[in-house]
Amino acid sequence: MTATTTTDLVPYEDALASYDPVMGLEVHVELGTKTKMFCGCSTSLGADPNTQTCPVCLGLPGSLPVVNATGVESAIKIGLALNCEIAEWCRFARKNYFYPDMPKNFQTSQYDEPIAFNGYLDVQLEDGEVFRVEIERAHMEEDTGKSTHVGGATGRIHGALHSLLDYNRAGIPLIEIVTKPIVGAGERAPEVAKAYVAELRELIKALGVSEARMEMGQMRCDVNLSLMPKGADKFGTRSETKNVNSLRSVERAVRFEIQRHAAVLGDGGTIVQETRHFHEDTGSTTSGRVKEEAEDYRYFPEPDLVPVAPSREWVEELRAGLPELPLVRRNRLREEWGVSAHDMQSMLNAGAIDSIVATIEAGADAASARKWWMGELARRANEDGVELAALPITPEQVARVAALVKEGSLNDKLARQVIEGVLAGEGTPDEVVEKRGLKVVSDEGALTAAVDEAIAGNPAIADKIRGGKVAAAGALVGAVMKATRGQADAARVKELILEKLGVEG
Amino acid sequence: MPGITREEVAHLARLARLELKPEELDHFAGQLDDIIGAVARVSEVADQDVPPTSHPLPLTNVMRADEVRPSLTPEQALSGAPAQEQQRFKVPQILGED
Amino acid sequence: MTDSTIIKLTAAETAAKIASGELTAVQVTEAHLARIEAVDEKVHAFLYVDREGALAQARAVDEKRERGEKLGPLAGVPLALKDIFTTVGIPTTVGSKILEGWIPPYDATVTEKLKAADVVIIGKTNMDEFAMGSSTENSAYGPTGNPWDVTKIPGGSGGGSAAALASFQAPLAIGTDTGGSIRQPAAVTGTVGVKPTYGGVSRYGMVAFSSSLDQGGPCARTVLDAALLHEVIAGHDPLDSTSIDAPVPPVVEAARNGSVEGMRVGVVKQFAGEGYQAGVVERFNESVSLLKELGAEIVELDCPSFDLALSAYYLIAPSECSSNLARFDGLRYGLRTGDDGTRSAEDVTSLTRESGFGDEVKRRIMLGTYALSSGYYDAYYGSAQKVRTLISRDFEKAFEKVDVIVSPTTPTTAFAIGERADDPLAMYLADLCTIPVNLAGNAAMSLPCGLAPEDGLPVGLQIIAPAMKDDRLYKVGAAVEAAFVERWGHPLLEEAPSL
Ligand SMILES: [Mg+2]
Ligand SMILES: [Zn+2]
Repeated sequence: MTATTTTDLVPYEDALASYDPVMGLEVHVELGTKTKMFCGCSTSLGADPNTQTCPVCLGLPGSLPVVNATGVESAIKIGLALNCEIAEWCRFARKNYFYPDMPKNFQTSQYDEPIAFNGYLDVQLEDGEVFRVEIERAHMEEDTGKSTHVGGATGRIHGALHSLLDYNRAGIPLIEIVTKPIVGAGERAPEVAKAYVAELRELIKALGVSEARMEMGQMRCDVNLSLMPKGADKFGTRSETKNVNSLRSVERAVRFEIQRHAAVLGDGGTIVQETRHFHEDTGSTTSGRVKEEAEDYRYFPEPDLVPVAPSREWVEELRAGLPELPLVRRNRLREEWGVSAHDMQSMLNAGAIDSIVATIEAGADAASARKWWMGELARRANEDGVELAALPITPEQVARVAALVKEGSLNDKLARQVIEGVLAGEGTPDEVVEKRGLKVVSDEGALTAAVDEAIAGNPAIADKIRGGKVAAAGALVGAVMKATRGQADAARVKELILEKLGVEG
Repeated sequence: MPGITREEVAHLARLARLELKPEELDHFAGQLDDIIGAVARVSEVADQDVPPTSHPLPLTNVMRADEVRPSLTPEQALSGAPAQEQQRFKVPQILGED
Repeated sequence: MTDSTIIKLTAAETAAKIASGELTAVQVTEAHLARIEAVDEKVHAFLYVDREGALAQARAVDEKRERGEKLGPLAGVPLALKDIFTTVGIPTTVGSKILEGWIPPYDATVTEKLKAADVVIIGKTNMDEFAMGSSTENSAYGPTGNPWDVTKIPGGSGGGSAAALASFQAPLAIGTDTGGSIRQPAAVTGTVGVKPTYGGVSRYGMVAFSSSLDQGGPCARTVLDAALLHEVIAGHDPLDSTSIDAPVPPVVEAARNGSVEGMRVGVVKQFAGEGYQAGVVERFNESVSLLKELGAEIVELDCPSFDLALSAYYLIAPSECSSNLARFDGLRYGLRTGDDGTRSAEDVTSLTRESGFGDEVKRRIMLGTYALSSGYYDAYYGSAQKVRTLISRDFEKAFEKVDVIVSPTTPTTAFAIGERADDPLAMYLADLCTIPVNLAGNAAMSLPCGLAPEDGLPVGLQIIAPAMKDDRLYKVGAAVEAAFVERWGHPLLEEAPSL
């Protein structure tokens, strides 16, 4: 066992001063097909355990796989969007290793004949610079089942007495996308890694082949990293950090591994080629279990399936049907919305772009659509640890809130309460307004009374204003707002106050 | 080709998840060596420029439409399980990646 | 009609008598159940006899007839199903301890087709564990005896199916043929067995040994019966990606119109020489003369790559099996050994596989694991696949010159139980003539061509046809069968000693 003891990390800048990082990113995307890759079982989420299994995905003796055509189509679309060549002829292969989550004890995957290969993805960094990530391959494979560990203190494998297996997920189609070694990113390596995964996620969503929700495990990332001394041309030994499953984690994992590798190398040590695990809580990685036997997957062509040979007509038809790619679209939107590259990047990272576009389509102006999604809603998503699109509010509802603000029946503070109500399941924005009685007090009579009361209650301030100190009006506005429980239009209140005191605004 | 050793047999047995007894290791080492020796002749063609045949059929593109078919009931799925709990297959502790 | 007469009928005759009302399906089923009761203790062809299920199916056939509904061509005929096909509600063991007691929740496509055709599945037959073997001695449930001499092997892996036919326990049976497991048992028991073109019969629900070689097929006592059964079980299956989407060749029509007049029949140089028993060679030569007399033209063929077939087979089949059998891990179904609450899943899997698999299965798993492992793949598995290409090319060239090829099915007649049990290499030779066909995916038949003078045991004649020309087997087979029966004055099985 070489369970790595916690090495003191080398400061990031120092590590980069001596070494160039080389990254390799492997991303697994669960496709959103109706059925599994090799059988007709449903892929819908949240079903009771083992209700979406059949002889094929349970690996029962005698069962045989049949390829899901939509799975292949999705793989080709992804390949095309990644500027890959699409194989004229390719095969599935068996990757042989024993694991209880995997019913056949081999994974039906692709080996030396992937469906898509040799491509690239341009990703935009925060400052607008475009970095080209080269793609080695994208191949089709199947997901495993899920195990629950029982009896251990933490529900983790270690210390568990036994495990319970649910095979609903076994056989769901996966596309594995592997980059070529990413060199030349230097100190921006963590940023490049994050931007790549974010861009890939946008691409997958734009293609409509998966919702690519990382928190649901629909997109999972493995980070390979090695360092080479500055000026060297030979890659160092790499570590493979598995299951880095959020954009922030991708960035942190790369950064951590750079610092760890530099520490080990700086001490004259050597990097062990090993699997490492990322810990969300600490942002660190630890060594996985060291296997007694070297992995030997004994790949060979899957004899139960025949080759896939996508006709060029099919490929061209799919190419013609590709949607506008996310980077192109973002550049277009940036111009339309008049925002900076940095702002656009923030919207991308927050997964907000589609929601904002839909909100604008539903009638909101660009600025307010952006304001709500990147403000209040982003905050809530963050708090709840879900993706923006997963919040229980629709772009149409956000647009309605924006409209209510625009017409003056809500102010920002009330609008936030309306959104809160919608998120809490209290109904549509109009229903929430109705139920909570959230309306700007526009009854002039009531307002005038409140203003009179405020002036009468604060004679000293009133005098100041009369004396020309218009800024002091804020205190009276506050008093009125308090009296109307925030339901007044602050601008109108100020107007009324100034009017009453005979001051020009 | 080199002869197949007892250690190699032990390695193969671990890869194949077979808890062979010591006497089996010796027995199989001898037999596998004989068999490998006999079939190694195929490598005569290793250098020939011949495409490999993995399958006797010239078929390609056999696919199915992405349409849901009925699954087994969980009772059927679990009917052969040596042990079960909470509608899941109950298995001994998994030595995993933790 | 007495039970002893009923059990000697062919499937075609039985079906006709049930259709006409001369016999009921229940009567036929009961006669066979009684026969099983009487002789299977000696033969041990069956692992499971489904008395109740068979009678229920037979009653359903009789009721259908009474209602005037249309019956299938083999309605009410009992059939012995190799225990490698899944059957809902009936144990499926594949001859292995690792699946002891497993009751599948689904039917194989072949099982479904048999049921849909009103065939009466009377039981599941013994076999070499996971179809690995040529003697049925590798069954975890004890060997099967050859009805001609129960101290001799009935062939394998489908020895149970062949022995059931030869001992009149059923007129029809199903086998599977990966390297000869239908044809070799047919040859050594004096019955008829056909390996259809690869992809001709669905593999769905047929427990896999070597996926690219396995093929289910019909076993019977006559060529026509085999054809009738072939037609029932063959055809495209969307659940099997390697199933051919084309009409089933007209096998029944061919079996009814046997002839070799004007046909070119090939004899391959490589299917002769050392290791071939004198009596087998004698019967084979006699068959070739007969074919000539019947109007065929004999053509000598050279297929040099066939010399490498056995070697290629013993790399490809174990490689695929090492992967196919990985799923037997003691976690989801079947045997689980050593789960004492402290051991890991990994250890329990290793203990389960150690105790659940027999020697031959372990040997092949290890061999396949070796052949696929890094560093050896190209030399072994890779080369074996090249050999496969060469064998297909030799067949292609041959079939430019001939319509069918003939050979002895096996180099020797049935050997004694135990004789080769500890010598895997000697055992493997039993499939010398049958294996090239599996590697190329062609169709082939074995039918009886007499007894070897030195031991009085049956000899099989193998007929090989190009892929999807399965009908040629039946056309030639029917002609040869008719000529031999005329020459002998009776079917060969009548010479078998009574049990
Ligand atoms: Mg993968
Ligand atoms: Zn399924």
